[in-house]
Amino acid sequence: MALRDSSALRVIVYEGPGSDPLPERLATITALLERGHAVTRTGGDRPVAPADAAPTLVLGRFAQAPEFSGTTAEWRVRDITTLNSAQIADVVESTRAELGAARHGEWKPWFPVIDYDRCTNCMQCLSFCLFGVYGVDGERQIQVQNQDNCKTNCPACSRVCPEAAIMFPKYKAGPINGDIVSDADLQKEKMKVDISALLGGDVYSMLRLRSDKARSRFSKERDSDKALTERQKCLVKLAESGDIPPEVLMSLPSPEEIARRAEEAAAKARAALEPLG
Amino acid sequence: MSETAPHPRLLYCHCQYAQVVPKEVKAAVLEQLCQSGTAFEAVADLCEMAARRDPALKRLAGTGAVKIAACFPRAVKGLFHQADADLDPQSTEVLNMRTLAAGEVCARLFATDLAANVPTKASTKPENPAP
Ligand code: SF4
Ligand code: SF4
Repeated sequence: MALRDSSALRVIVYEGPGSDPLPERLATITALLERGHAVTRTGGDRPVAPADAAPTLVLGRFAQAPEFSGTTAEWRVRDITTLNSAQIADVVESTRAELGAARHGEWKPWFPVIDYDRCTNCMQCLSFCLFGVYGVDGERQIQVQNQDNCKTNCPACSRVCPEAAIMFPKYKAGPINGDIVSDADLQKEKMKVDISALLGGDVYSMLRLRSDKARSRFSKERDSDKALTERQKCLVKLAESGDIPPEVLMSLPSPEEIARRAEEAAAKARAALEPLG
Repeated sequence: MSETAPHPRLLYCHCQYAQVVPKEVKAAVLEQLCQSGTAFEAVADLCEMAARRDPALKRLAGTGAVKIAACFPRAVKGLFHQADADLDPQSTEVLNMRTLAAGEVCARLFATDLAANVPTKASTKPENPAP
C-alpha cells in the first residue's frame, strides 16, 4: 500500500434545527469509527472544526433535506430516518467509495514518530533502518518518509536513538509509546551498540535461518571473522530484548540485499551530515 | 498551567487499529460524549491519519482551543506534527485514555477550563537543567 496525503471521509451527524435526534447515536458513531471514518457530531453551543476540502457526508433525520452553503468539497446529504446503525455504516461506506475518500483498515498504522524536541539530527536511525523508512527533508532534517515500509510491531530503531526521540504510539511500554522520558529511561534506551557493526547481512540471515544446519554452516564459514561475531552478538542482544519480533526476523531480505540497503542508508545519512556547501 | 478557554472543541480518538487503549475506557468516554448533547469530533485512529498525512488533521488542530482524548500527549503532539498540522501548546489539552479512568477523562473534557499540557522543548529537555 502506498500512503498518500489522502483525506478521510468526514461524516457529520447533524442533530439540529430540521433534524431529529438519532435514537442509536452511540451505536451509529461507533460503527462509523470502526470503519475508519472521521465523525463530527453537532449540538449545543460548542464549536466544531470548520468545513474544508474534505469529502463530506451529512447524515440526519430530516423532515426536509437542508441546503448547506459555502463549502468547497464534494458534499452529500443523506436522510437516515429509516436506517439502523449497520445500514447507516453501509451507506457511508458506499459514499466513501463514490467520493474517493481514503480507504481504511488494510494496514496496521505502525511507524516511528519523531519527537523533535529531543532529536539531535544525528542520523543514527536513518543509518540503522534497512527499509528506507527514514529520509531527510530539504533542510536535511531527519524525517519519517515511508511509514508503510516499517515492519509491524518492530520498534528496533527506537532502541538505537541515543536521545529516546523515536516513539511508536501503539507500543506497549514507555517511553517508546510516548510516555515521559526519564533519565533512567535514557540510560536504558541507549543500547550503546555500534550501528555499523549491526549492518552485516549475515547476522540477520543467521537469525532468520535458525535451523541447526544453517547455524553450523554459519559457524564454519564465519567463526574466524571477529567483527562479524561482534555484529551477531549485538543483533542477538536486540532480538533477545524482545524488541524484534520473530516474524520480522523471518521476513528480512537476503543477506546480499541487506548489505546493499545498509550501504544505501549509510550513504544517505553521510550525505545528510555533510556540511552544506 | 491553567487558562480559561470557553468551549474548547472536543476530539476523541477511537484507537481503532490497536488494543493499547483499554476498551472499557474508550467505550465509556464515547458513550458519555454521545449522551452529553454537546458537539464533538471523533476519529477512528489518529495514528492512521498521521501516517496518511490526512489534511483533516489540519482542520482538527487549527482554530482555537481543543481537548483531545487519545493517549500520551508527547505521542499525540508528534503525530500531528508528522502530518504538518502542529497543535498549539498553549491551547491544547491531551487526555490520556491509556492511563486515566473514563471518569477522569470526561471530567476534564467537560470542564470549562483548559489545562494545556502538550510538551514543549523546554519541558521535555531543559537546556539549562536546574542544579
Ligand atoms: S537517531 Fe534519534 S536523535 Fe538521531 S536523528 Fe534519529 S530520531 Fe533524531
Ligand atoms: S493517537 Fe494514541 S489513542 Fe489515537 S490511535 Fe494513536 S495510539 Fe491510539
